Amino acid sequence: MEIVLAIGIGVLATAGVYLLLRPRTFQVIIGLTLTTYAVNLFLVSTGRVKLGAPPLVEGAVVDVAAHADPVPQALVLTSIVISFSMTALFLVILLAARGLTGTDHVDGEEGER
Amino acid sequence: MTGFANHVIILPIMLPIVAAAFMLLLNERRRSLKNRISISAALGIAASAIWLLVQVENPNTPEAFVYKLANWSAPFGIVLVADRLSALMVLVTATVGAVALLYSTSRWAVLGPRYHSLFLLLLMGLSGAFLTGDLFNLYVFFEVLLAASYGLLLHSSGRRRVKAGLHYVAVNLAGSFFFLVGVGVIYALTGTLNMADLVERLATLDPDQIPLLKAGAAVLGIAFLVKSGAWPLNFWLPTTYAAAAAPVAAIFSVMTKVGVYIILRLSSLLTGTEGSFELFGASWLLFGGVGTILFATFGVLSTRHVPRIAGYATIISSGTVLAIIGSGSEAVISAALYYLVGSTLGLAALFLLADQITRRERLEAADQDVGPIFHDDYETALQSEFEGVEVGADIPLTTALLASTFFLVTVLLVGLPPLSGFMAKFGILSGLLTAWVGQNGAPLAGTQTAAWLLVTLIVLSGFTLLLALVRSGIETFWTNHEQAATMALRPAEAAAVVLLVLMAIALSLFAGPALDYTDLASSYLADPDAYVRAVLGGVELVPNDVVQIQGELGGGAEAGVMP
Repeated sequence: MEIVLAIGIGVLATAGVYLLLRPRTFQVIIGLTLTTYAVNLFLVSTGRVKLGAPPLVEGAVVDVAAHADPVPQALVLTSIVISFSMTALFLVILLAARGLTGTDHVDGEEGER
Repeated sequence: MTGFANHVIILPIMLPIVAAAFMLLLNERRRSLKNRISISAALGIAASAIWLLVQVENPNTPEAFVYKLANWSAPFGIVLVADRLSALMVLVTATVGAVALLYSTSRWAVLGPRYHSLFLLLLMGLSGAFLTGDLFNLYVFFEVLLAASYGLLLHSSGRRRVKAGLHYVAVNLAGSFFFLVGVGVIYALTGTLNMADLVERLATLDPDQIPLLKAGAAVLGIAFLVKSGAWPLNFWLPTTYAAAAAPVAAIFSVMTKVGVYIILRLSSLLTGTEGSFELFGASWLLFGGVGTILFATFGVLSTRHVPRIAGYATIISSGTVLAIIGSGSEAVISAALYYLVGSTLGLAALFLLADQITRRERLEAADQDVGPIFHDDYETALQSEFEGVEVGADIPLTTALLASTFFLVTVLLVGLPPLSGFMAKFGILSGLLTAWVGQNGAPLAGTQTAAWLLVTLIVLSGFTLLLALVRSGIETFWTNHEQAATMALRPAEAAAVVLLVLMAIALSLFAGPALDYTDLASSYLADPDAYVRAVLGGVELVPNDVVQIQGELGGGAEAGVMP
């Protein structure tokens, strides 16, 4: 389970960073999105990987170790909302840049080929 | 402190967000009302910051005020902490914000929609980041201020701003990933996000986990270094700041200080305590700061464009403070805080002056711009940036005013006597030399070479900044008379620039009380226990208790991971 998660995060982050460094704005936004997925999965995993464990304690005497940690789940929810809205904003800037400069290169002009 | 007075700490956050939300309901045509609301909100923040400042100075009240959000005690709830450092930073933010808003009343505010709301949200994010005592809450405030800054950078649109905005947003989104990863690692190892609780947990942490925690702290540090413009993470900064509208660039000069502030706060809390974490990363900060100053020293010489010079001067200012934090000397940090306040005022004034100086060149460049890309309901309410501006006759009075304020700002930023920049740099240099080469001083972080490098670079960077500013001053005010004609300085703009310069002069006149304050602030920072006591004072909850509670509950296998 852990190894699958770790490999998944690694692959997403690798692809994301590669695309972030590409010269087209569309590639950059896909790269940002993939990196967001990697970071969010990483945040979830900081609460330890547990299957079917409830995040809330009910009753007085319980085994804390059998429960999932609710804090990373709250954190990842916040981070999903924020990164989603930032990606939407980036999309708007991307379109504005395309309209103003007439190219989808990140520098607003075609580089040397 | 009881009753209503207790809630003053949250005013710097509540005032701007309420005012910003209210102004969204107002029509874009009601300019003077919006100007009045936003300036009063900024002044309200300043007033509450002054109140906090007086309270923390008062020997009869505690050194740090803690405000529990929703009355949840730390470490379970989020706390706001107002101590000497954060009250001072909020005051600087609010003052520069109010002056920038005053400046924008004449022209900039009507160039794009929802300017005031965005500006106040930026002020809210800044105040929140300075006041919060919780790492994840800090992330949220960072995103609030960044989101507002994206909108403000694109204010009044144009090709140059959109191009710079694309880079700026991409860099800061990538920076936020580092922030999240760093926070995640720290939480996974210590089980807390509260800064004060983190200090407590450090002492009881398993030695095997220290290297991983250091890695997490380093990743977190990268996020703050991006924000503070440390080399080599700052190539976006001069272009972005030069592209932004002038009042926006002025408040952006406070924004780089957030990164510096957080690094100072965390390094005082985490690496100040004795143990395996002591002085962690200090030499990185020292050499990174030296690299930053070196980069910006060459940068100011490489350009004749005043907004870009101001951008590089911003980098010099944060690089200097970063290197000093790395040096870890208490006496120098006091002078560095004084330097931080003075240089922020000077930088804001320089950005505002650069707006006047470069108006002609922007007037010519504006022809290339096509109309707005997206349509907006308020388009008809907006004006052109250059309405009423034309190349015409020279106006001696405005030129004289601009030239004299430009001169004073140069003196302030370069660090020549008699303004505060000189006293600050003198304090920094003498403090560094005493700490490193004096009789009583064993070398702190870094080597003797690094010390001399830093001292040399601080002097050298002042010299090159002097060269660059004098060169562009001569070009602007002495040789190019046609350019001066476009400086149609309006009363509000003149008042804003003069106010900033007057504040810098006041800071120099009252250097004694100001330095006393920063002395106390830095000795308070050197003693992280005071902060921890203030935050966790109400709850007697040490990690051992957590283990005990968990033991009673029948768990305990993962003690120290879950609170």
